Amino acid sequence: MSKKPEEEHDIPTTGHSWDGIEEYDNPMPRWWLWTFYATIIWGVAYTIAFPAWPLIREATPGLLGYSTRAEVVEQIAAVEEANAEITAELASTELTQVSADPELMSFAVNGGAAVFRTYCSQCHGSGAAGAVGYPNLLDDDWLWGGDLENIYLTIAHGIRNDDLDSRYSEMPAFGEILDGQEIEQAVNYVMSLSGEPEDASMVAAGEQVYLDNCASCHGDNGMGDIFQGAPNLADAIWLYGGDAETLRETITYSRFGVMPPWNNRLSEAELRAVSLYVHSLGGGE
Amino acid sequence: MTVLICVKVPAKLFCHYTEHCSRKDSILSASGETPQLYAAREPIFPRRVSGRFRNLKWVIMAVTLGIYYLTPWIRWDRGPNLPDQAVLVDLANRRFFFFMIEIWPHEFYFIAGLLIMAGLGLFLFTSALGRVWCGYTCPQTVWTDLFILVERWIEGDRNARVRLWRAKWDFRKWRLRITKFIVWILIAVATGGAWVFYFADAPTLLVDLFTLNAHPVAYTTVAILTATTFVFGGLMREQVCIYMCPWPRIQAAMMDEETITVGYREWRGEPRGKHRKADGAEELGDCIDCMACVNVCPMGIDIRDGQQLECITCALCIDACDDVMERIGKPRGLIDYLSLADEEAERAGALPRPIWKHVLRPRTILYTTLWSLVGVGLIVALFLRQEIDMTVSPVRNPTFVMLSDGTIRNIYDVRLRNKHGEAREFRMSLTSDEVMRIQLEGTDRLVITVPPDSTTLQRVYVSARPGSPAATGASTDLRLWVEDLASTDRAYRDTNFTGRGTQ
Repeated sequence: MSKKPEEEHDIPTTGHSWDGIEEYDNPMPRWWLWTFYATIIWGVAYTIAFPAWPLIREATPGLLGYSTRAEVVEQIAAVEEANAEITAELASTELTQVSADPELMSFAVNGGAAVFRTYCSQCHGSGAAGAVGYPNLLDDDWLWGGDLENIYLTIAHGIRNDDLDSRYSEMPAFGEILDGQEIEQAVNYVMSLSGEPEDASMVAAGEQVYLDNCASCHGDNGMGDIFQGAPNLADAIWLYGGDAETLRETITYSRFGVMPPWNNRLSEAELRAVSLYVHSLGGGE
Repeated sequence: MTVLICVKVPAKLFCHYTEHCSRKDSILSASGETPQLYAAREPIFPRRVSGRFRNLKWVIMAVTLGIYYLTPWIRWDRGPNLPDQAVLVDLANRRFFFFMIEIWPHEFYFIAGLLIMAGLGLFLFTSALGRVWCGYTCPQTVWTDLFILVERWIEGDRNARVRLWRAKWDFRKWRLRITKFIVWILIAVATGGAWVFYFADAPTLLVDLFTLNAHPVAYTTVAILTATTFVFGGLMREQVCIYMCPWPRIQAAMMDEETITVGYREWRGEPRGKHRKADGAEELGDCIDCMACVNVCPMGIDIRDGQQLECITCALCIDACDDVMERIGKPRGLIDYLSLADEEAERAGALPRPIWKHVLRPRTILYTTLWSLVGVGLIVALFLRQEIDMTVSPVRNPTFVMLSDGTIRNIYDVRLRNKHGEAREFRMSLTSDEVMRIQLEGTDRLVITVPPDSTTLQRVYVSARPGSPAATGASTDLRLWVEDLASTDRAYRDTNFTGRGTQ
C-alpha cells in the first residue's frame, strides 16, 4: 500500500535555510488542496446566503434572510407569550390584593424591578435612593402619598406635566412677594422646625411670615399636605436641602419638580409591577 | 503547484533509529522503507479461563453492573413534597439525593471532597496493588468482559472464533456476527438507558422513553452512551486502554518497587520448552511454552516479556498458568502477583513474600490515613449541616436610608433555606451590642413561612433611633438569627450596620 518514497535528490528545497536546516518543497497533499478549494467555495456561498458585504446603508441581507435582530424579536415574543397568562392576571387583579398571591407578587416585584431599572433609575437612582430634587423611594416620606394606589397614580400620570390627571401644584416664587428680610425670617423659622436655625433671633418673626404665606399649603405645623404635594418641613428629610442657602433659594425662586406620565409608555401590567416594586422597597404605606 | 512547508515528518521522527543520521539521510529509514505512522490492530480472541481471579472478576462484574443498572430503581420515601428515588441527580431543581442525604448546590464541596477521596483512593490502590482498578473495576474492563462473554456464547471459544474470523463471509458467519451485534446493541442500549434514570424519576422516564414522550436530551444521551458502549466495549476494547486512557501513564509514575503487579517468574520458568522428553530437557525451566497465558490475555500481550504498559493486571494469565502447572505437577505461581523488589530477592534465592507485606508499608498507610481523614471530615460536615440556613447580603445601594424622623435604616437581602420536606415558619431576630430594631418587608410580624425544600428571599430592615450610637457611628456589628418554630433549630449570620458616620 505504501508508495515507494521519492529519492531525496528529486525533491527541491525552498532555498531557505535556518541554522543549517533546509526545507523541502514538496507538493501539497491532494486532500489538502481540495479542502482549500472547498473552503473558498464555502466562503463565497456563505457571503451570499448570510448578511455579509457592507454597502452604503447596510450590509447585503443574504438569501436566507437571517437576522440576529429578528431572532431577538422572536425570543422576546416567546417570553411574552410564556408570561401572557400571569401578565393578564397581574393587570386584572385588584392592586392591593396582589401580595396575597406569592407567585403573582414575586412576578410583579421582579418584573417591576426590571421596569424600574429601565425607566426610573435615571432620576431615582439604581438603588431608588433618589438624588437632590429626585425623591428617595426607600424612606417613609412621600410627597403625594405612599400607599399603593397613590404610588400607582403618580407613576401612571406623573407630576406637573401635560397629562390631564397628572399631579399638579405650584409654589409661588416668594422673591416677588416678600422682601429679603422676610425671606431670611422664614428661612430661619423653617429651619427651626426640624433643627437648629441659623439666626435664632429671627425665628419668632419668621413664624408670622410663615403663617401668612406658607401655612396654607405646608400646614400650620409645617407637616405638609400630600393632596398638594406640599413637602413636610418638620421632618428630617429634605428634597433639595435644609441648609439656609438652599432654603433661601427655594423660597425666593420656588421649585417645580416634574415627572413624566408613564401610562402612555408602559402597559397596565408594567405600571402595576413597578408600583408594587416601589411599594415594597421599605417606605410603602 | 508547490507551496508551503511539507517536511517529511515521519522520517525525521525515526531518524534516531538509524545509524547514519545525517539530515539528508534521515529521509529513508535504515531498512529503506518509509515507516508507517500507524499499525493495523491485531484482533484478539481471549480464551475462556477458570480460576480464583476469574471467579473474583465474575463477582465484581455482577456487583458493579448490578449497582449500575438497579440503583435508579431503589425507592426511598422522603415525604409528599420530595422525590422518592433513592439516588437522583435532579438537575432541574438543583438537588442531589442519595438515600437519606440531600445535597444543595451550595454544598457542592461534598462532591469535591468525594472526588478528592476518589483521587486518594486511586493513589492508595495503585501504590499498593498496581493497576487493580484497571483489571477489575474499570467500566471499560467490566463492559469489555461482558461483551467478550457474549461473543463467546455466540461464536464459541477462542479457536472457534479464530476459525470464524478467517472463514469466508457465508451465511453462518453473517448469522453469528449479526446475532452478536444485536446482543451487544441491546446491552449498549440498556447501559445508555440506565444512565438517564439517574437524572429523572426512573419509572416515569421509562414509560416516557417507550411512549416517545421523553425529552430529546434523554434520547440523545441514551444514543451517545449506546454508541460509546458498543464501540468501546465491542470494537475498540484494549485500544481504549492503550491509546485513549491517560490513567496507565499516570499510574506508572505512582508505582514503586514494592507495588504488586502481574509478573512472570522468569528465573523459574526459563529456558522454556515444550519437549520434556527430548535431550537436554533437564535444563529446561518450568514454562512449557503452552501459550495459555497469551491465549487468555484480553490485551493480547505475552506477560513473559515483562511488565508492559498494555497489562491491566486482570490476572487471568495467573489463572491460566496455575491451571497448567497443576496439571503437569509443578508448583503454582509461575505467573503471579509480584513486585519489582521480589524479582531481585527471589533471584538471590529468597522465598516468595506474601502479598500483605507488600501492601502494608508507610506509603500506603499514609494514603489510607489521608483518605480516612477526608472521609471523616466529610461525614462530620454532613452531620453538622443544619436543616435551616440563611445567607445575608446587605444592600449597599444606598448604604443607609434616613426616615422622616431621622431614624437610620439598613436593608438586607436575606435568603432563608428550608431543607425540610414540609413548609416551616421561621422567626427572625437580631442581637447586637447596640439597640436596633428588626422589621420584615411585607409583614408586621417577624415570622416568615418558607415553602418545603426551597429558598425564600426576604427583605429585612434594621433601624437605629436618631442619635443612637449605631445611627451616628460608622459601622456596628450585628448578628441576624433565624429560628425554626417547629423545632429548636436556629442559625445565624454576622453582618454590620452602616450609620451616618460614614458620610
